[in-house]
Amino acid sequence: MNVPASVFNSAVFNSASSSAHIAEAGAHSAASVPFPLLTMLILVPMIGAAVVAVVPKTRHEIVTTLGLGVSGATLALAVWLMTNFDKAEAGYQFASKHQWISQFGVSWNLGVDGISLWLIVLTGILFPIAIFGPDERHERKSYVAWLLLLEAGVMGVFLSLDLFMFFVFFEIVLVPMYFLIGGWGHGNKTYSALKFFLYTMFGSALMLVASITLVALAKPKLGMYTFDITQLAEAGLGQTTARWLFLAFALAFAIKVPIFPLHTWLPDAHTDSPTAGSVILAGVMLKMGTYGLIRFGLFLFPEASSWFGPVMLTLGVIGIIYGALTAVVQKDLKRLVAYSSIAHLGFIVVGIYAITQQALSGSVLQMINHGVSTPALFLLVGWIYERRHTREIAELRGLQKMAPVFAGVFTIVMLSSIGVPGLNGFVGEFLILIGTFLTHRWWAVVAASGVILAALYLLWAYQRTFHGEPDAGDSMEDLNLREKLAIAPLLLLIVFMGVYPKPFLDRIDPSVKALIAHIEGKTSVREPEVAKMRGGIVEGAGAGEGAVAGEGAAVKTEKPAKSEAGKATK
Amino acid sequence: MLDLVWIIPALPLVGFCILLLVGKRIGEPLSGYLATAMVAGSFLAAIGVFLSLVGKSESERAFTKTMFSWIPSLGVNAALLVNPLSIIMVLFVTGIATLIHLFAIGYMHGDPRFPRFFTYLNLFVFSMLMLVLADNFVLMFLGWEGVGACSYLLISFWFEKNSAASAGKKAFVVNRIGDFGLMGAMFLIFQHTGSLQYNQVFRVIEEKGMSTGTATAICALLFVGACGKSAQLPLYVWLPDAMEGPTPVSALIHAATMVTAGVYLMVRVHPLLELAPNVLKVVAWVGALTALFAATIATSQNDIKRVLAYSTISQLGYMFLAVGVGANIAAIFHMVTHAFFKALMFLGAGSVIHGMHGVTDDEQNMKRMGNLRKFMPVTAITFLIGWLAIAGVPPFAGFWSKDEILLGAYQSNKLLWLIGLVTALMTAYYMTRQIVLVFFGKERFGVGAVSASADVHTVAAHVEDPQSSDVGHDGHDAHTPHESPILMLLPLVALAGLSIVGGFMNTPFSAKFEFLAKWLESAKIPGTELGAFVGESPHVAGGTKFVLALIAIACGLAGIAIGWKLWSRSADNPQLEPALLQKAYGVDNVYSNLFEKPGHALANFAAFTFDKKLIDGIVNGFGRVLTGVGGVVRRVQNGYVRSYAVGLLGGAVAILAYLIVKTAA
Repeated sequence: MNVPASVFNSAVFNSASSSAHIAEAGAHSAASVPFPLLTMLILVPMIGAAVVAVVPKTRHEIVTTLGLGVSGATLALAVWLMTNFDKAEAGYQFASKHQWISQFGVSWNLGVDGISLWLIVLTGILFPIAIFGPDERHERKSYVAWLLLLEAGVMGVFLSLDLFMFFVFFEIVLVPMYFLIGGWGHGNKTYSALKFFLYTMFGSALMLVASITLVALAKPKLGMYTFDITQLAEAGLGQTTARWLFLAFALAFAIKVPIFPLHTWLPDAHTDSPTAGSVILAGVMLKMGTYGLIRFGLFLFPEASSWFGPVMLTLGVIGIIYGALTAVVQKDLKRLVAYSSIAHLGFIVVGIYAITQQALSGSVLQMINHGVSTPALFLLVGWIYERRHTREIAELRGLQKMAPVFAGVFTIVMLSSIGVPGLNGFVGEFLILIGTFLTHRWWAVVAASGVILAALYLLWAYQRTFHGEPDAGDSMEDLNLREKLAIAPLLLLIVFMGVYPKPFLDRIDPSVKALIAHIEGKTSVREPEVAKMRGGIVEGAGAGEGAVAGEGAAVKTEKPAKSEAGKATK
Repeated sequence: MLDLVWIIPALPLVGFCILLLVGKRIGEPLSGYLATAMVAGSFLAAIGVFLSLVGKSESERAFTKTMFSWIPSLGVNAALLVNPLSIIMVLFVTGIATLIHLFAIGYMHGDPRFPRFFTYLNLFVFSMLMLVLADNFVLMFLGWEGVGACSYLLISFWFEKNSAASAGKKAFVVNRIGDFGLMGAMFLIFQHTGSLQYNQVFRVIEEKGMSTGTATAICALLFVGACGKSAQLPLYVWLPDAMEGPTPVSALIHAATMVTAGVYLMVRVHPLLELAPNVLKVVAWVGALTALFAATIATSQNDIKRVLAYSTISQLGYMFLAVGVGANIAAIFHMVTHAFFKALMFLGAGSVIHGMHGVTDDEQNMKRMGNLRKFMPVTAITFLIGWLAIAGVPPFAGFWSKDEILLGAYQSNKLLWLIGLVTALMTAYYMTRQIVLVFFGKERFGVGAVSASADVHTVAAHVEDPQSSDVGHDGHDAHTPHESPILMLLPLVALAGLSIVGGFMNTPFSAKFEFLAKWLESAKIPGTELGAFVGESPHVAGGTKFVLALIAIACGLAGIAIGWKLWSRSADNPQLEPALLQKAYGVDNVYSNLFEKPGHALANFAAFTFDKKLIDGIVNGFGRVLTGVGGVVRRVQNGYVRSYAVGLLGGAVAILAYLIVKTAA
């Protein structure tokens, strides 16, 4: 059913490619991919949404199939992107840049690197699950249409390399989410939807102003107006100007993450959102904030980022402790998961501002990890709600006895969220903490105490809802086939990413390394030597190992023969 | 053969996967046999690896098997390190685990979640093997957390009981406090050596040196981790509660294997510890004080498993005392012998509970037992062997290892030695009290046979779940205790045999007989001078050694005599069980008042006052100002935001459409 979409799509681009305005930025992508893959990632769900919207009301039964088909096709594109991604390449791949209105320097400028690759794949995975997983029957047609439009927006955010395009997509995603919460939510949904909308709008307004200011200020140096971020990074702004602009961007992203104390929209939005909304909100939309902090914050304003680093680190650490602490006493299971997100996102923020390869790679990986585990938790909580029509912890008891498979799945996801090694949550968290420790020791130490609290709030909630003897007359149906199918991909990822994160890290690391090098080139910030050594695996003719052995010889000169021998045996 | 070392952890992992997927279909008892076979296979593979290691020269007895790269940017691989130390650990872990699996087939008979139990048990063995075989700190941490997670799952196995559910959570959370320390240690190690792989770390330390301050910080943090896992002061509080788990779990995890992981860690990093003499002192004192402290509590407990739990804490204290005084080999030696006799006694206790089932409504209360030797002769005899071993009576296993620890302590600090000695006396006393109450004296399990005073004890109500009912014990009168089936007795007999002869793996008569010491001394780290255990065989004159041994034996016998005299006449001696000790000094209450309650209050303040009132108050106020006082709700209902949202979308679509058209043109 997505055939018409593709036809339409390629038609646009066939004519587009004949246009004189085209400037293919990446020779690499042009050779290996004959058609604009990244553009398709945005257009397929967008056109899918339009198609769903025009389905006659009487044919609403095909809406789910259509939604799954379109999001499935998008996933297929994302997987194709993943398999063709060159892991040795640090820069943007599959880039397509179409210059237009030169007087404003706005361009359709897409690209993917190791930092955005997995977010795109994650988006591709989560949307079919969000459409398929929850049992949402009310106004199915517009529900699916909004979700597909949301997917297009999210893809656009992660693919845009043009500040203006990024802003447009960043705004677009608000609309479907607003209607999803307002239309399919629970409880105080109107208030929550409004709060979500206004909070984010406030940040976006600042970002828009900052973007335009940045472009205007960059013109003298660059000789033209451009919204292309790789060019804007060379704008050579004054220190103070850059810091002010960073602050505006950071505020917009901080609201989105959300960073303490700008987080109060999140628990409300999650609690009152439909399950699909929560899955997408936690899975990918929060990452727009952390992704923005990396892609635009660190990259465009490296000096300002490092100057504000201690502030951001502190707020991140507060978020970890505060989110976990408030999660402990929540009475609503979904609200508890929402607060746990604030804690997890705190880790990611900390990793970003530590400015070491390990911490930044850990942050990028943790965005994916959190995007797998927390949506899984929201699905499970949503299914509890569908069965019992309550999420109040006090009203649930002994679920494990009645639904053992459900409980087993919940346990695995819970352990992943706690960060038990062997499951996905650990690797990212550990990389963040160890990388942060190298540059900001005490922040890392306080952040690490969050792992104690994480165990506390989740296990306690589990004990109260799943353990114990069920009350007389209570019932709880175990997972059905649809639900098992919906959560299976997430469970597989939880285990796979925990056991073998290398394929993920291999693709993340080069781009992260390039970004760290970019920061080092622009500022006096220097990553510690030990971070570059990467655990004794020597890179480029044994520079790291040599440094250690050399130092060793200086400290302990009585044993030079020993270290020589040690080197010789390798 | 060495190359196949991966089979050792792989077998229980395969068992876990099979049971997870089709355990329910395999059912009872086949799932139990499958799990047991997997662990037995591991044990056989471990013997194979051990033998091929024996065949090698001392300098070649280390081997790393790298499977794949786990976290590339930290240089951390999924790799197994086989050396004399790790293989000893693997042998005793898989050996004892096999016996306990076998026992559990009988013990868990009739439990509706029988396959699930063995699923967890196999996962536990896998995690434990990763812990001991890992060639780096991070993979070790995987095992470390893995055993913790399994411990959580197994303690709260009978989750319908709130006490079991709470105990599982408590174990995990308290252990996490220790893990926090362990993580901190890893951060410091990486910062200062650039690696997390044991051998590389030690090599860098040897080449570069390490300041005492750094080494002290690292070792102190590692010790915090060890205190959590091995239930030492002040983090021991989870272990007594962990007795809520089925008894095979208590035997395997909370006596023989997992709780010794902290000791193993300390021995594993001993080249680092040697750079931090102050930490060593702390380790020794914490160990000695824990040993004494837990022993005093054990004297006044009535729950058959709680006595053993406090005894385990106490014996683990001995092991840390050994580590602290540099007697690493004695620590490992005692770890192994303790695993034999304590697993034996826990399984014996399990057999007793099994046999008492249906006889009394309080089947773990020793005050409701008595004279069980008449009904359960095999259990009684094997348990008595365990009792002699822990009491330090030669030639049983515990004597030899405890004697070595005391010797090490004597060399290092006479006061530590004295504490160890007093603890030995108390150990003999409370264990004698236990066997008298359980196996000798009058039968007290008739209804109302016990005076009310024996039930003051607050934790007396910890009764294991009455799942196993009477199925399969046909012919037994439900009102008299009965001996356990052969499947449960076989492991008891095997462990009893090990508790008798286990000590001979390291006897002090001559260097020739110190097999374990000789074996472990070859556990050097390749390419370095490091790794030889310091203080491996205490250099004390033969005469002094002999006198010290005599004193230790005398203490043990004295404890037995006192216990026998005081408890064989009557099971009701409230004056010997002060309330303070019955309540375990009320530490749980103190912790609750000190941490739990203020923490809860703080969380409540953060969530419901700070978050809801302050931050949200400001936000809502801001919103009101922005949209006009009181107008928010009305405007929303009027579609103010709705139309704005639609406008926004329309604008965005228009821009995009323009863009596409413009591009296409």
